[in-house]
Amino acid sequence: MTARRAIPFSACAALLLAVPPFLPPYPLTLLTQILIFAIFAMSLDLLLGYTGLASLGHAAYFGIAAYAVAILATRSQASFWVCLLAAVFAATAVAAVFGFVAIRAVGVYFLMITLALGMVVWGLAFRWVSVTMGDNGISGIARPTLFGVSLASPLPFHYLSLAVFFVAFALLWLVVRSPFGLSLQGIRETERRMRALGYDVWLHKYLAFVLAGGFAGLAGALWAYYDGFVSPVEVHLVTSVETLLMVALGGPGTLFGPILGAAVIVLFKNLLSIYTKRWLLILGLVYIGVIVLTPKGILGALRGARR
Amino acid sequence: MNLAHGSYFLLGGYVGLTTAARTKSFALALLSGSLAVALIGLGMERFFLRRLTRQSLPQVLLTMGFALVFQDLALLVWGGDPYNIAVPAFLAQSVQAGPVFVNFYRLFIIGVAFAVGVVLWLFLERTRAGASIRATVDDAEMAQGVGINVPLLSAGVFALGAFLAALGGVVGAGFIGVYPGLDFEVLPYAFVVVIIGGLGSFHGVVVGSLVVGLLDNFGKALFPELSYFTLFAPMALILALKPTGLFGKR
Repeated sequence: MTARRAIPFSACAALLLAVPPFLPPYPLTLLTQILIFAIFAMSLDLLLGYTGLASLGHAAYFGIAAYAVAILATRSQASFWVCLLAAVFAATAVAAVFGFVAIRAVGVYFLMITLALGMVVWGLAFRWVSVTMGDNGISGIARPTLFGVSLASPLPFHYLSLAVFFVAFALLWLVVRSPFGLSLQGIRETERRMRALGYDVWLHKYLAFVLAGGFAGLAGALWAYYDGFVSPVEVHLVTSVETLLMVALGGPGTLFGPILGAAVIVLFKNLLSIYTKRWLLILGLVYIGVIVLTPKGILGALRGARR
Repeated sequence: MNLAHGSYFLLGGYVGLTTAARTKSFALALLSGSLAVALIGLGMERFFLRRLTRQSLPQVLLTMGFALVFQDLALLVWGGDPYNIAVPAFLAQSVQAGPVFVNFYRLFIIGVAFAVGVVLWLFLERTRAGASIRATVDDAEMAQGVGINVPLLSAGVFALGAFLAALGGVVGAGFIGVYPGLDFEVLPYAFVVVIIGGLGSFHGVVVGSLVVGLLDNFGKALFPELSYFTLFAPMALILALKPTGLFGKR
């Protein structure tokens, strides 16, 4: 990391660490929500922005992890670490199976096959009532006590989310800067050339798909504890598309873009629904506006303006 | 890729509902619902989607935006209660044929589906406009080169798609009713039918809808807990084995 980048970067990190104790409860929970969705959006960006694969079913991995936490925590009273590991493992394992099915397809067919796989998971969440409680969802997921600190109140839970966020960011940063990450970007630009150069394109895409599923699972596990409630909404097509919007809005192919996009959308949804009943209409207009006005996202627009 | 296609079904149903309530005419309801939504589709294609040809992700996000806008507008105008369109008296009755009761409205739905299918097939396979459409799907640039007005044709086909979705919505409003959330309920079905059959294949759609109807109903009856699974898992499997669907062309 160059010095020019290190300074604003550490300033952001310091701000995120120092500010929470001074925030009232509601803004603090919003900030926690932003962190969780930022992890989710970054995981999708590994596919969309870095590998060039637009998945319409990314909520599946988020939701599977959330359901794993919900089921283990409410029925088996499993500890935090067991739940977290099992959730991330479940999301990664399902992504490993689904990736096997999906990666062969390209373009609009990839969109459709990921849509179909996402609907499979949604269908199970909605109808497999004996396991998922169907449309009623699973409620009563208690927040854990870690190292003697109860995470039930907003502030300690926020710091847990922040820690997970930093870990996820650091790992993803290492992935996208690694030779593997650079190859992914090469595949995004010209798949044919990468293949001619001898890269195993299928394997690269597959690994990116599985990794993205795992990080989405990390976000989903946090979300289950944050909300204390999991329902089929978490795995619905609308959630998958909303995450695509976060990435597209912030700026695909960067790690800061999805964070920015997640922040804008989370704040927008929560604040707007306080002031107006018509927030869904306005959210719809935001989708349309993003596509018409900022095809490269906020970061892309800022970069364009600086030139 | 149009995520607002379910909204066309919903809006068609609602517009038909209002027309039927005002004029007491089911035929006018069918006509007004379909035409109004065809106009909406035409506007969306002309002013928004046209500039996004072959960019599937922006299409997805844009049409999702429209779907949310339509969903909220429909809630604003028609409220949250479910409605059924009053169907003409002669269609509302049933007749007993041996051990089964046959509802005339169900026969009517089958008739409409059959008629639309035949007309659409004749249009696509036997008219000049249909040939132009097929040529454009195969190679838009070449079609433009030989003098086919591709932008006009695309707008027309898009409006026709919206028209048919809305027609389905009005017909469906007499049977399953029309209510908030219907849009995203029917959307996956449309996708599954087209995907199983194969994009751009007419008999694919016919086979696809039969397969989906049977999978869905038998799935719900035999394995209620896995019913959506029995619908979407075959779709994913078919796509994995044959990415272009059962009858799709490259």
